[in-house]
Amino acid sequence: MLTLFYLFAAISVLSALVVVAARSPVNSVIALIVCFLSIAGHYILLNAQFLAVVHIIVYTGAIMVLFLFVIMLLNLNKATEPQKSLATRVAAVVTGGLVLLTLLAAVRHGISVEPANGFDIGTGLVRSVGRSLFNEFLLPFEVSSVLFLSAMVGAVMLGRREKNPQAA
Amino acid sequence: MIPIVIFLVALLLVTLGVAAYATYAERKVAAFMQDRIGPDRAGPFGLLQPIADGVKMIMKEDFMPASANRWLFFLGPAIAMTTALLTGVVIPWGGTLDLGGTAFKLQVADPDIGILYVFAMVSIGVYGIMLGGWASNNKYALYGAIRAASQMVSYELTMGMSIVALVILTGSLSLNDIVEQQRAGLWNIVYQPLGFLLFVICAFAECNRAPFDLPECETELVGGYHTEYSSMKLGFYLFAEYVNMFISSAVISTLFFGGYDVPFLDGLGLPQNVTVILGTVALFLKITFFIFLFMWVRWTLPRFRYDQLMDLGWKSLIPLAILNVLLTGVGYYLKNGI
Repeated sequence: MLTLFYLFAAISVLSALVVVAARSPVNSVIALIVCFLSIAGHYILLNAQFLAVVHIIVYTGAIMVLFLFVIMLLNLNKATEPQKSLATRVAAVVTGGLVLLTLLAAVRHGISVEPANGFDIGTGLVRSVGRSLFNEFLLPFEVSSVLFLSAMVGAVMLGRREKNPQAA
Repeated sequence: MIPIVIFLVALLLVTLGVAAYATYAERKVAAFMQDRIGPDRAGPFGLLQPIADGVKMIMKEDFMPASANRWLFFLGPAIAMTTALLTGVVIPWGGTLDLGGTAFKLQVADPDIGILYVFAMVSIGVYGIMLGGWASNNKYALYGAIRAASQMVSYELTMGMSIVALVILTGSLSLNDIVEQQRAGLWNIVYQPLGFLLFVICAFAECNRAPFDLPECETELVGGYHTEYSSMKLGFYLFAEYVNMFISSAVISTLFFGGYDVPFLDGLGLPQNVTVILGTVALFLKITFFIFLFMWVRWTLPRFRYDQLMDLGWKSLIPLAILNVLLTGVGYYLKNGI
């Protein structure tokens, strides 16, 4: 199990690095897909089958398909990104170094993070996820579905043709 | 441990074998529909034709366009084939065999979320077509890939909705539970006729089969997403379609037609192993019928136009699927309360 964890962890970190470092946007997207799949692997190691599968269906199967779709339509396969100026590069290096410094300072004394609740093997199963969604979190759950609906209506409104092009 | 490995290998071989002979069946069915004889040269009744086709595919020159993206060009057919083959592990192929005292269930894995696993594999399968079509660096291939992606994303919605209605009834996402419930009561087709129809239509679309085969529509797009492919890479794409057809037929039989259930078979008092094997045979007969249905439709209906395809998906099927969920919910409430 621990070997699998290290394997998935290595894949997640490496593919996440490739997402940032890859020159071609298509390679970035593919690395992101690999990253999502390895995170689904972590879910499975925690016995959260439902989360793992929904993660694959929603993120890998739907959202990333749309990403890839847009990139293919815009034909961004060549690295068309303009070169950054020297000032931007220096600023980026300084900011990144400061973040690293802060993080190192934070973990230097070895903070130990204790989980608030002990690990329960049944948490990620569909039965318990469904129970807590429809009992404890019913209102937020339903409200977020309304949010999605409004986003969809908004997208349809934006994409609709104007009835009278002269007036627009 | 050892029986499960043997079972996995057997499952792989059976899947490949059924898919190979589905190509033969397709040509024979097409010939029958068009009043021809079909392949009859290789072996008796042309039965060795799939082997001849396979050898031909492997021996052909493997050509890659100079401007293609090397890695993704390889990755496309590999993803298509792998995801197609991965789906079979959650399908219950039969009951529990008694192997000299140890019980052995004819199912590789029975996760709580079996049916969602099938969906996950289908949704990853899109990448095989998208990446392959894009990597070819050919406008027809790109059109095919884009059509495939938008078609599959659109029809996945309806497919998911038809499953939601089914899950309201069964109360479980595990394919094994769904079959066992049908063994105890009636087959789900009785309760979910509309859901079944929607699911079958979407299965056709997800497999890119006629009348939804626009991603490889040869009258408009040369060969669609696999225009630039040759040799066994093309073979993998074509073969993955038949594997998908086999798996879809197995899923349809499992969800709506009782899986390995044969009515009244349990009451005959046959030995357990005989009952289990007869059940598996029955499942394969159901699967054969649905594979035939796939071919029957292909050689009967003309292809949709692309806008008709999208209209059907978004304006007819999704409202029907929502209606089906609503009706199922109301029916469940009236019968059982909350």
